[in-house]
Amino acid sequence: MARGAEHRAWDGLDGRPSRRGESAATPARRRPWLSRDGEVNLGDLVFRQVTALFAAGTVLTLAAMAIQMTRASALSLERFGLRFLVGRDWDPVRELFGALPFIYGTLVSSLLALLIAVPVSLGVAIYLAELAPLWIRRSLGFVIELLAAIPSVVYGLWGIFVLAPWLRGTVEPALQRALGFLPLFRGTPRGVGMLAGGVILAIMILPTIASVSRDVMRAVPNSLREGALALGATRWETVRAAVLPQARSGIVGAIILGLGRALGETMAVTMVIGNRAEISASLFAPSYTMASVIANEYTEASGDLYLAALSELGLILFGVTLALNLIARLLVWRVGRLPGGAGRL
Amino acid sequence: MRSIVMLAAAVALAAGCKDKAESVSGRGAESTGEVEIQGAGATFPYPLYSKWIAEYQKLDPQVRINYQSIGSGGGIRQIIERTVDFGASDAPMTEAELGKAPAKLLHIPMTLGAVAITYNLPGVTDRLQLSPEIVAGIFLGELKTWNAPPIVAMNPQAKLPASAITVVHRSDGSGTTAVFTEYLSRVSAAWKGKVGAGKSVKFPLGLGAKGNEGVAGQVKTTPGTIGYVELAYAKQTGLAYAALRNRAGAVVAPTLENVAAAAASEVASMPADLRLSIVDAPGKSAYPISAFTYILIYEDQMDTRKGKAIARFLWWATHDGQRLGPSLDYAPLPAQVLPKVEAGLRRLQSKAKPLLSS
Repeated sequence: MARGAEHRAWDGLDGRPSRRGESAATPARRRPWLSRDGEVNLGDLVFRQVTALFAAGTVLTLAAMAIQMTRASALSLERFGLRFLVGRDWDPVRELFGALPFIYGTLVSSLLALLIAVPVSLGVAIYLAELAPLWIRRSLGFVIELLAAIPSVVYGLWGIFVLAPWLRGTVEPALQRALGFLPLFRGTPRGVGMLAGGVILAIMILPTIASVSRDVMRAVPNSLREGALALGATRWETVRAAVLPQARSGIVGAIILGLGRALGETMAVTMVIGNRAEISASLFAPSYTMASVIANEYTEASGDLYLAALSELGLILFGVTLALNLIARLLVWRVGRLPGGAGRL
Repeated sequence: MRSIVMLAAAVALAAGCKDKAESVSGRGAESTGEVEIQGAGATFPYPLYSKWIAEYQKLDPQVRINYQSIGSGGGIRQIIERTVDFGASDAPMTEAELGKAPAKLLHIPMTLGAVAITYNLPGVTDRLQLSPEIVAGIFLGELKTWNAPPIVAMNPQAKLPASAITVVHRSDGSGTTAVFTEYLSRVSAAWKGKVGAGKSVKFPLGLGAKGNEGVAGQVKTTPGTIGYVELAYAKQTGLAYAALRNRAGAVVAPTLENVAAAAASEVASMPADLRLSIVDAPGKSAYPISAFTYILIYEDQMDTRKGKAIARFLWWATHDGQRLGPSLDYAPLPAQVLPKVEAGLRRLQSKAKPLLSS
């Protein structure tokens, strides 16, 4: 199975248009000489072993981290069991620990970030890849990549001093007036809270999604665009019918990269999300994420159970990230097999 | 199989390099007679400690001290595991923590800090005056608006708005929270029962902000907020902060003199191990949310040379070094406390010999 996937990556490089499903089904297009050992050359052998070592290193690191975190959280696993996942209390003084508000905060803030960032960054990517004149492409592309290089603490400070007051004074009252009948927009506008966390995350993951999507779209062969234009398609129709379907799985990959950053982001989020371990339907209410509470409390935590509970939160974050990545893989794979998409970058 | 052999070779190579590097640096330190001391812990006294270290370096260039401000909890963990030569903590260690240490640890008070109640009330120009009941009431969520009768009664001249009070507290575990919640537990039975004291507690309401800078930023940008920060931080950022009614019934502002007065008024009850809480101190001018910050060190030092260097540094810091405190907003140790600190330092020993000559 893995072999099939490996070889699919080679499709298209030879410039021949491939029909959907052909690659997996026709062994004639495999190139066994590319993976066969052939004559033994010492240089090749060393090179292969060294790269294998590096590859093994990443897997071993991952395994070591998982084992270490499980061991560190043993006390909490033993004391709370599965109740840890559904517990809503986080009281270090009474040593009562439950992870649910943090899991909720992490998932909802990341989801909110995706909701805001995905449409915007796809717009940016389409403009940069298909529509903008060359000089704008270069300069704007550079600026967007620069956004990704800003340290998260700077985003956080900007969040405290600019974003939160603006949300409190302008955006949140307006949302309340227009959509106040929804539980999402009830409560006192405070500026900091779930909404601020989601917006900050959206800004932070936007450059990642936009620049990767742009590269993916640029990689779509020009012959496809020319074909669509020759058939009388407008610019929009060309993008929709020729470019996006080809780039689809790559775009999903870009979104996953962005999601990964959103889930693990600590500093900027903790500075604007309000850090309150409560589950509230309102986006104006303060919330808390797993990464934030670990960063906030680990350094000063004393007491074995407390440390174990924080480690277990790390373990859950690890698990959630892993699960979402697996789902994403599945999604990329599924999207690649949809009609009209060849599923390659 | 081959890759395993390669792995083993690589590890052996790396280990070899490390050994070599260590032996080289070890020899270097021996020959020049330098002593390197590692310390880690509380962030609160860090500006003063780094000033002390820089000044002491000038007095004794042979002694190199490296202090990492990783937080009190980290300082306690590292001294228990003996990965540092001294730890530092704002709150004294608990009996349970002391029980985990492999040998007897000493607490040396180094300087004094205080927690200021800071607020943002546009139009209120006079310093707000608060009683312990008001502070506890606000942080418990019982007093919800700024014009609640108890607050108005304490501040008859102030134009207090009818707006809601927004509480801001620290989200990260901190000595500041420990001192503040200890004070609240001391003055309010309701707080003690519902919340308790600690470096991280479950606050009944409010927004959590990271670090003193987070609380200060939140208070500064949001009218109607109240929070607590280290006194030095409140002074340096120009935030408004309240005066508090103390146990003697006087309303005192958090000044360095009033913080020192709190320590001086409790000195009679200081135990031999020097662990002492000075919140809600009885003195007439005592600011009630004050605290010592401590250096943690093993009574019996394994390395005599290193032990001697640390002992001399601590002696200097608690004596001549104290004059550097006020410019950085740390209250110097009051004269009444000094004999007890000296007695503590004289207990430092190595191979059954005291490290400081009397």
